[in-house]
Amino acid sequence: MTIVEARPVATRAAAKTLTHLDHLEAEAIHILREAVAESENPVMLYSIGKDSSVMLHLARKAFYPSPLPFPLLHVDTTWKFREMYEMRDRVAVTDGVELIVHRNPDAVARGINPFDDGSAVHTDIWKTEGLKQALDTHRFDVAFGGARRDEEASRAKERIFSIRSAAHRWDPKRQRPELWQLYNTRLMRDESVRVFPLSNWTELDVWLYVHREQIPVVPLYFAAPRPVVNRDGALIMVDDDRFRFAPGETPETRTVRFRTLGCYPLTGGIESSAADLDSVILEMVASTTSERQGRVIDFDGSGSMERKKREGYF
Amino acid sequence: MGVAATTPVPSTGELVESEISAFLAEHQRRSTLRFITCGSVDDGKSTLIGRLLYEANLVLDDQLSTLEVDSRKVGTRGADLDFALLVDGLQAEREQGITIDVAYRFFSTPTRQFIVADTPGHVQYTRNMATGASTADLAVILLDATKGVLAQTRRHTHLVSLMGISQVILAVNKLDLVDYDRDTFETLAADYAEFAGRIGISSVTAIPLSAVEGANLTAPSAHTAWYDGPTLLGALEAAPLAATATGGALRMPVQWVNRPDATFRGFAGQVLTGSVAPGDQVVVLPSGERSHVERVVTADGELDIASAGQAVTVTLADEIDVSRGDVICAEGERAAVSDRFGAHVVWMADSPLVPGRRYRAKIGTATIGATVARPLRALDVDHLEQVPVDTLGLNDIGEVTVTLDAPVAFDRYRDNRDLGGFILIDRLTNDTVAAGMIDAPLESRDHIHWQHLEVDSVARAELMGHRSAVVWMTGLSGAGKSTIANVLERKLHARGVHTFLLDGDNLRHGLCRDLGFAAVDRAENVRRAGDVAALMHQAGLVVIAAFISPYASERAAVREHFVPGEFCEVFVDTPLRVAAERDPKGLYARAERGELINFTGIDAPYEAPEQAEVRVDTTETSPEQAADEVIALLERNGILAR
Ligand SMILES: Nc1nc2c(ncn2[C@@H]2O[C@H](COP(=O)(O)OP(=O)(O)O)[C@@H](O)[C@H]2O)c(=O)[nH]1
Repeated sequence: MTIVEARPVATRAAAKTLTHLDHLEAEAIHILREAVAESENPVMLYSIGKDSSVMLHLARKAFYPSPLPFPLLHVDTTWKFREMYEMRDRVAVTDGVELIVHRNPDAVARGINPFDDGSAVHTDIWKTEGLKQALDTHRFDVAFGGARRDEEASRAKERIFSIRSAAHRWDPKRQRPELWQLYNTRLMRDESVRVFPLSNWTELDVWLYVHREQIPVVPLYFAAPRPVVNRDGALIMVDDDRFRFAPGETPETRTVRFRTLGCYPLTGGIESSAADLDSVILEMVASTTSERQGRVIDFDGSGSMERKKREGYF
Repeated sequence: MGVAATTPVPSTGELVESEISAFLAEHQRRSTLRFITCGSVDDGKSTLIGRLLYEANLVLDDQLSTLEVDSRKVGTRGADLDFALLVDGLQAEREQGITIDVAYRFFSTPTRQFIVADTPGHVQYTRNMATGASTADLAVILLDATKGVLAQTRRHTHLVSLMGISQVILAVNKLDLVDYDRDTFETLAADYAEFAGRIGISSVTAIPLSAVEGANLTAPSAHTAWYDGPTLLGALEAAPLAATATGGALRMPVQWVNRPDATFRGFAGQVLTGSVAPGDQVVVLPSGERSHVERVVTADGELDIASAGQAVTVTLADEIDVSRGDVICAEGERAAVSDRFGAHVVWMADSPLVPGRRYRAKIGTATIGATVARPLRALDVDHLEQVPVDTLGLNDIGEVTVTLDAPVAFDRYRDNRDLGGFILIDRLTNDTVAAGMIDAPLESRDHIHWQHLEVDSVARAELMGHRSAVVWMTGLSGAGKSTIANVLERKLHARGVHTFLLDGDNLRHGLCRDLGFAAVDRAENVRRAGDVAALMHQAGLVVIAAFISPYASERAAVREHFVPGEFCEVFVDTPLRVAAERDPKGLYARAERGELINFTGIDAPYEAPEQAEVRVDTTETSPEQAADEVIALLERNGILAR
């Protein structure tokens, strides 16, 4: 037994008042720990974007000094930006990280791609089906995701611990009430739960936290001259030679950045001169469009995200 | 939602640097206020929140164009923007024009970050409101100026107070419809303040508003020159934050034991109240073992002190037993430890509370078996009085006594929401069925000791020549339980086995004659039968019990009396059609005629067992064969010699 002298009260450090970001950080850590303590086989979905980077950073903090008590899972579509793959491969070799990459073999065999199959089919087969396959194969019971309630109206009602049926469906009418910080994590056989530690974060909170913690993110978030084509107002980057041009279309170089990252042919950039983190934050503070606008998959009518989620989209 | 447009942005070089540091400094000083909005349907809540976001410049361009399209398609304001559509999220509720759940929204001003729990006002309000209120510092209660203070308003206020919120903003809406009449407003405000004061709401700010015209939302309105109070946004910015728990004694529930290797053993958790520093004397509850804090570990280095709200990992100086569910407390000011407490609960499930049924309770980080005992009292929401009841249904607010399987550490809800609030979870469906607020610890049952019995089960088995067991038959009325039970008993008796047949009908003439057939009574009937079976089992007998026992929960509770192998559930699986045809006691005929109510299979449910040890299909198996199958199982389990 070690003897440590109890310190006299007078020299005790003053208690600190937590800032908004401190509260969000503590809440996310609490959520990560609850999920891990009450699950058998957790996994963290790693999509290489800023939200995933923040979530991974928080997970390291939550379990320090232990290594991450779960693997990362990247559900790949083979159509991400090249810089995203570079980032992913850097993360994969860092200490204590085990990365599982899943590519839907069916999509590989059929060569599913956004040009021939369209965004809806592409997303459904690579991402929605791919995710289900990966979760089923590894029998993960908890999957952490980086979604936030401020992203879209149907997310605003989703729980932090969101139960999915054996078929991975979300039933907005059968959600468990979440009171205080008490999460009911119990599952029936073959059910799983998606856990969203960043539920209460806004896009700005994420960037401010990236700034405060100096978290590395994919450089595509910062403005640079990039080859793009303009498709119905969306600036699509020509990231490799698989790009299919429309007749007469040629890429032009514009200074763009991305607010959200997905498959490069489906992600619109915005013109911007914000070439570093500080500028991005200032631009955000003055911004007048919401982040999901850059995601082509949301354009098929409001309510479409809700439909996708019922079908098992993350 | 979006982000306040606070700074115009020319973003180059040094300008960026000075601006970002100014912005970060401002952001650092922002406090966070969580509030809930409540109102009856059509009081204008969605319009109010939508308009507030719009007025505060928080609606982004693309959201505005979606709103314009949607307003024309499904709006209720003709050619004008229908701000309610900004916040009514899910398809189902847009179609029905109601808000069906709790939605969380975010906005900020230069001085504050807001997290709004937006909850619906229709009949199912209680469950959702309780959820939203559980984490709120303040409530905005909406009132329609043309309708005044309604019963619904009083219910909302009562619930808000029960959930521990003491500050209310009374938003008196639709004042445009009464020509911004001052008297109307002041009479309403005075009525409400008087009522709120009586039930423990210490602070009420009443504001005259029109959500549709935007009056007094973010800027004072010319229509209400007579009003000199704050605007809604002003009041939200000025509201004092709920006593930040930096005071108070240390409470840190242990979430996870962190053991990367043999040299480190830390306890991860969030400091709920108080603070923790190296050297602090602490006690771990419920065990009561004491130690002191050695280190407060985080990934950003060790801390001198961790304050309320922080998530940390602490190490203790002594090798004492600490696990998830324990609470690390300040040595001098301990949390309560008991296996019984009095509480208010809000029932949140469609299926009603069954007193005596075992649920799971989650308190802090501890999860433990719990039962709710009779007598029960529920709030009569119209008269705001407690009345005696048999059960609690969806959205009922009850006053109950909860008994846990073992003592845990907790606080009174009014002292500490996070360690005084609990949820109840159904053991079979895993649904969260109730939220509870602990009023006070009750004396534990520890003083009722088990009397030690000198003659134990081994000694009895020797004398009997076999071990004891319980064969539990479940199935519909007329399924064939009693027939099989009798054949089984005859066969066992012939082998010299000491048996006793407990029959549901027979027990109802005596021990259970006070019980009827409602769900709660059926549950109690099975609980008593289970207890009697357990006593007879202790006496060394092979007990054959034949009870409809329709609920899986109660059967599971009976099973827990026994070790595996000693309890054998037999599902007498006869289709309803067949049982109704056989109708040996003429009961189905009477039930069909409506002379019997709560008849299993007709107007009361039967939950078929999923993992019975033996399943008998009586359309294919004879009673003799069924009995032989059970005997074979008893032999395999070593109850009877082969
Ligand atoms: N005249 C008037 N009508 C209002 C006001 N606020 C809301 N309404 C109308 O009242 C109805 C119900 O509003 P809504 O916001 O959907 O109510 P909720 O059910 O409380 O969310 C709608 O037709 C609104 O346009 C107001 O301040 N004045």
